[in-house]
Amino acid sequence: MSRIHVTTTINGDPVEYLCDPEETLLDVLRDRLGLTGSKEGCGTGDCGACSVTMNGRLVCSCLVLGAEAEGAQIATIEGMAKGETLHPLQRKFIEHAALQCGICTPGILVAAKSLLERNPDPTEEEARYWLAGNLCRCTGYDKIIRAVMDAAAEMREAS
Amino acid sequence: MQYLAPTTLDDAVSMLAAQAGDCRVLAGGTDLLVRMRSGFAEPDAVMDIKRIGALREITTEDGGFRIGAAVSGAEMAENAALVAAWPGVVEAAGLIGSTQIQGRATMAGNLCNASPAADSVPAMVAAGAVARLASAAGTRDVAVEDIPAGPGKTNLKPGEFVASIFLPARPARSGDAYLRFIPRTEMDIAVVGCGVSLTLDAGGTCTAARVALGAVAPTVILVPEAAQAIIGTKLDDAALDALAAACSAAAKPIADKRGTVEFRTHVAGVLARRAATIAKTRAGEQA
Amino acid sequence: MALDTKSETRQFTVVGTRPLRPDGIDKVTGRARFGADMTAPGMLIGLVLRSPHAHAKIKRIDTSAAEAIPGVHAVVTRADFPVIGDNDFIADILDNCMAGEKALYDGHAVAAIAASSGAIARKALKLIKVDYEVLPHVTDVDAAMKPGAPVLHEGRANETVPEGMSSNVVARYEFGHGDIGAGLAGADRVLERTYRTEATHQGYIEPHACLAQMGPDGQADLWCCTQGQYMVRDTCAAILGLKQGQLRVTASEIGGGFGGKTTVFLEPVALALARKSGRPVKMVMTRSEVLRATGPTASSSIDIKLGMTKDGRITAGFAELRYQGGAYPGSPVEFGAMSAFAPYDLDHVKTVGWDVVTNRPKQAAYRAPGAPMAAFAVESAIDELAKGFGLDPLEVRLKNAAREGTRASYGVTYPAIGLEATLRRAKDHPHWTAPLGSNQGRGVACGFWFNFGGNTCVSMNIAPDGTVNVIEGNPDIGGSRASMSMMAAEELGISYDQVRTVIADTASLGLNDVTDGSRVTFAVGLATIEAARDAKREMCKRAAMVWGIEEDAVEWKDGAAHPAGPNAGSHPPMTLAEIAAIASNTGGPIAGHYEVNAEGAGVSFATHMVDTEVDPETGAVKILRYTVFQDAGKAVHPAYVEGQFQGGAVQGIGWALNEEYIYGADGTLQNAGFLDYRIPVASDLPMIDTVILEIPNPGHPYGVRGVGETSIVPPLATIANAVSAASGVRMADLPMSPPKVLAAIKGA
Ligand SMILES: Cc1cc2nc3c(=O)[nH]c(=O)nc-3n(C[C@H](O)[C@H](O)[C@H](O)COP(=O)(O)OP(=O)(O)OC[C@H]3O[C@@H](n4cnc5c(N)ncnc54)[C@H](O)[C@@H]3O)c2cc1C
Ligand code: FES
Ligand code: FES
Repeated sequence: MSRIHVTTTINGDPVEYLCDPEETLLDVLRDRLGLTGSKEGCGTGDCGACSVTMNGRLVCSCLVLGAEAEGAQIATIEGMAKGETLHPLQRKFIEHAALQCGICTPGILVAAKSLLERNPDPTEEEARYWLAGNLCRCTGYDKIIRAVMDAAAEMREAS
Repeated sequence: MQYLAPTTLDDAVSMLAAQAGDCRVLAGGTDLLVRMRSGFAEPDAVMDIKRIGALREITTEDGGFRIGAAVSGAEMAENAALVAAWPGVVEAAGLIGSTQIQGRATMAGNLCNASPAADSVPAMVAAGAVARLASAAGTRDVAVEDIPAGPGKTNLKPGEFVASIFLPARPARSGDAYLRFIPRTEMDIAVVGCGVSLTLDAGGTCTAARVALGAVAPTVILVPEAAQAIIGTKLDDAALDALAAACSAAAKPIADKRGTVEFRTHVAGVLARRAATIAKTRAGEQA
Repeated sequence: MALDTKSETRQFTVVGTRPLRPDGIDKVTGRARFGADMTAPGMLIGLVLRSPHAHAKIKRIDTSAAEAIPGVHAVVTRADFPVIGDNDFIADILDNCMAGEKALYDGHAVAAIAASSGAIARKALKLIKVDYEVLPHVTDVDAAMKPGAPVLHEGRANETVPEGMSSNVVARYEFGHGDIGAGLAGADRVLERTYRTEATHQGYIEPHACLAQMGPDGQADLWCCTQGQYMVRDTCAAILGLKQGQLRVTASEIGGGFGGKTTVFLEPVALALARKSGRPVKMVMTRSEVLRATGPTASSSIDIKLGMTKDGRITAGFAELRYQGGAYPGSPVEFGAMSAFAPYDLDHVKTVGWDVVTNRPKQAAYRAPGAPMAAFAVESAIDELAKGFGLDPLEVRLKNAAREGTRASYGVTYPAIGLEATLRRAKDHPHWTAPLGSNQGRGVACGFWFNFGGNTCVSMNIAPDGTVNVIEGNPDIGGSRASMSMMAAEELGISYDQVRTVIADTASLGLNDVTDGSRVTFAVGLATIEAARDAKREMCKRAAMVWGIEEDAVEWKDGAAHPAGPNAGSHPPMTLAEIAAIASNTGGPIAGHYEVNAEGAGVSFATHMVDTEVDPETGAVKILRYTVFQDAGKAVHPAYVEGQFQGGAVQGIGWALNEEYIYGADGTLQNAGFLDYRIPVASDLPMIDTVILEIPNPGHPYGVRGVGETSIVPPLATIANAVSAASGVRMADLPMSPPKVLAAIKGA
């Protein structure tokens, strides 16, 4: 079994790694690159805890092979804040107590960011459907949706 | 396992032909990677078709649309002309999984995974979609309903794969719709699915129709009796009742963790009625 | 410890506000380290081989082929664990972590491997040959109680179980008072009905994970996601024959638990593999392992007899509850039997509970364990009788509500409680009178939970610059570090930003019971307050020393020591920071601590209200509007209290509508994944409105009650009552999945 050499970009940084052909992007991020912010809640696409964007599209990194990242632009939770400055979504999640245990939070933030990039003014229903692939067992989603809507409003005002 | 990533259709065809072992086509991977993860699939090789430019495009052809086998659900939903022409097919593909799954999942993968509950398949069957298969022997076109052979099995020959799916041109005053029943609002596999595509004449009478059901038989089924029940009618209540009855009669489901026989049989009729009503409205709006 | 006398009128400055949580930034940036996020140099990956059979004798396990694979460093089976003598509790946990003579459920661990990579471990796992003799199995509670049912264990029934019952019946409980027959005789109508609920899983998003290392000297370190590092320490030490003080357990950040992480599954196995291989071993469960082999809650079957007069007075309540808790004794039926009628003031009440074993995974606690099923039965029955008499269901509950001085069905006499307050607030709320559309219906129900106290230690260190560390021993699942910092700041009279709370490993602080029973904000909060008082006493002493006056002539106010009393003289107050700065010269570092086995947790009550719409053609139930009314005693951080209300309500919604363990005829779990084990997703739900009531708990200095669990108790019946109002069918069998609801509608 020979390993595959992959050259890719993660959160703007050029990255190279060797991975096994069956290894997922999530395994590569967590186990090879130490980017443990993306979480594995299921490994089968059902929970969204592993959400990242690949060439601007929201995907489950557990359902992408590490080899597929060749030449791609990957964005993970680790790249969301700019230095000390949190992304408005990150700030609003803390302010609204939109996390309890926080295991779903990285995936939800990545997914919500991708929503607001496409749709800066989503309705509550649109936000709920966009995030339906991100399971949260602690919050009942109420405060998550409020935080997303509030961040969207703030970002609209700022732009 | 080997990871193959051809960049042209020709390379793909010859690579697949050259594989002695179990080589699976990797489109969005949303079925294949799940199967690999759970140990149900242990291929010797996977052939990623997403680097083949031609398979990532939606093109117009003879007034219809040719959708490359590597086009994701999200990409379909972003193609305004396609959405306008075949809203039911796009919606059906759009029901597959979450936003994350949408970024990857393809209709061709949905079809070749050959689940009887596959959401886009009843919509494609109702639409009269045709799959174009490629292999070292060349290409051939096969009606979508003839692809699945049973749960997890297709009629593709070894070395053959789906290159694209063709949705034909539509006559005026046509509309389609797909509805499924799931217990949650998202993230579920269809307990029953129903696709309806129909054409009305200027007076609102249905002149042509195709009705397909998912998750009520070992494969998605085309139900000509259901279509007959509405052709020649204005989809009044009596016609819709007959449509529902024909769908319930055609349903031969099993009971499993997702639903009972009675439930699936009944709901097949309910969904057919609702989907036909939506398709009719859409056809009327096109007038 | 009692409520501070002045607390009802007390003006809090920090408690009751909504500051940002200390771990917020780590958690929104991906930096927080959860169970699976830790690595160690030279680490191996451990995997478990699990039984594919629901019930089978393990005749032989051949690990030789697996051991021969390069990269495999250790294989363990039950033979690698000591024999546990006369401690059934520990012996059962060990047997659950690694099967002995029999595999007792689909997914039961039978062997484990540690290898240099996951790929090698997976390959080697397949080479372990287990010779099974498949035995008949039983997964249904009522079937398991029948004479002649397949038997899991002989001789496990305790003395409460009458002769002649199936060996699967292992305990009987009884509570109540009065005379049921006489009570029922005084009723205008008696309702008799059987209710059933399926097993549900806590569904935390973080699978179990741990990293173990152990040296030949018996010193071991374990990192894991758990609700109680001390519980892990003590259980693993007992299972592996280690000394508690030699095993240091560090709790990672925890990605949800809800009771499911109050026991061990992988931890003893990882330690055994680490011991055998001499290398650190990391183990992480897959989702399917979590569902198949960790603890869901019990499934239940409950008979109710309830008598009511036509003006709504309950004359007698009887419940017989049968809970299966999986393959070992210990279903939460005792709590079910205690809590079933706890919200009501009844003259005649009796509950009987049966604990039953079946070929399912050993149940673990799930948020108010045992109570939701019992409340489903009782609250559905009350609703049905009330509706039958044309009475307002809130009025009927008010008429029968327990209040201060009521003798509860489980024996205690209540101090001040908040049930009536939640009912009255519900009645006054606009939700109660909002208009409904067609196929829509509204439901209400009440719920109760005991809340726990328990062993608790807190230390508090005052740094030389006047900042404060609170050191506690309970993993923070939903913001408890923020609450501790708030209570410390409140008590010390300093700002929240001056305090940082950390969670200690087992070697750094004394015993703390697990994060369960909604005990943390209550008990750890109480200990934090007392530790702060201890530190304040010390600081007053230091100020007295500086001022040259008696210690008792100094009092603490607004974050500073002040001279007080006739002989104190006049000295400018010394702030905490000023005292801390000179601590080296006044006797050394300043710390406070407190150790307690806390009592007086204070029971809590809630009333829930829901609007549902039922599709008469498909049986689908949609939740339109939901409001929670619950007594929190005192809401320390209201946003996290609301979060507990909302999270519990939504777990209850899942339990009511779509979550269930589905077993096939072969006794294997059919839906071991999040696609078919259907927890609610964002698009299934409306906002969950909350109303926090504050009826102070007399057992806590600030009046705090546990809030975490009660919220899952009312939803099952609340929704069933609303479905009945919307569709006319009474669902007595959970979940109310569309096929069942449709069948009921068509049958009606
Ligand atoms: C969380 C989740 C939710 C889901 N929800 C739904 C749902 O709601 N409805 C639904 O229908 N499905 C659902 N699915 C299943 C899956 O997403 C769909 O079937 C999807 O359309 C598969 O497409 P894909 O491109 O990802 O296929 P892949 O996984 O890449 O392939 C699927 C199978 O088809 C074969 N294949 C793929 N492309 C070709 C080709 N061009 N020629 C020949 N063979 C090919 C592959 O070898 C494989 O065997 C869900 C999956 C997940 C993980
Ligand atoms: S871990 Fe990828 S979706 Fe759950
Ligand atoms: S905050 Fe715990 S799962 Fe979302």
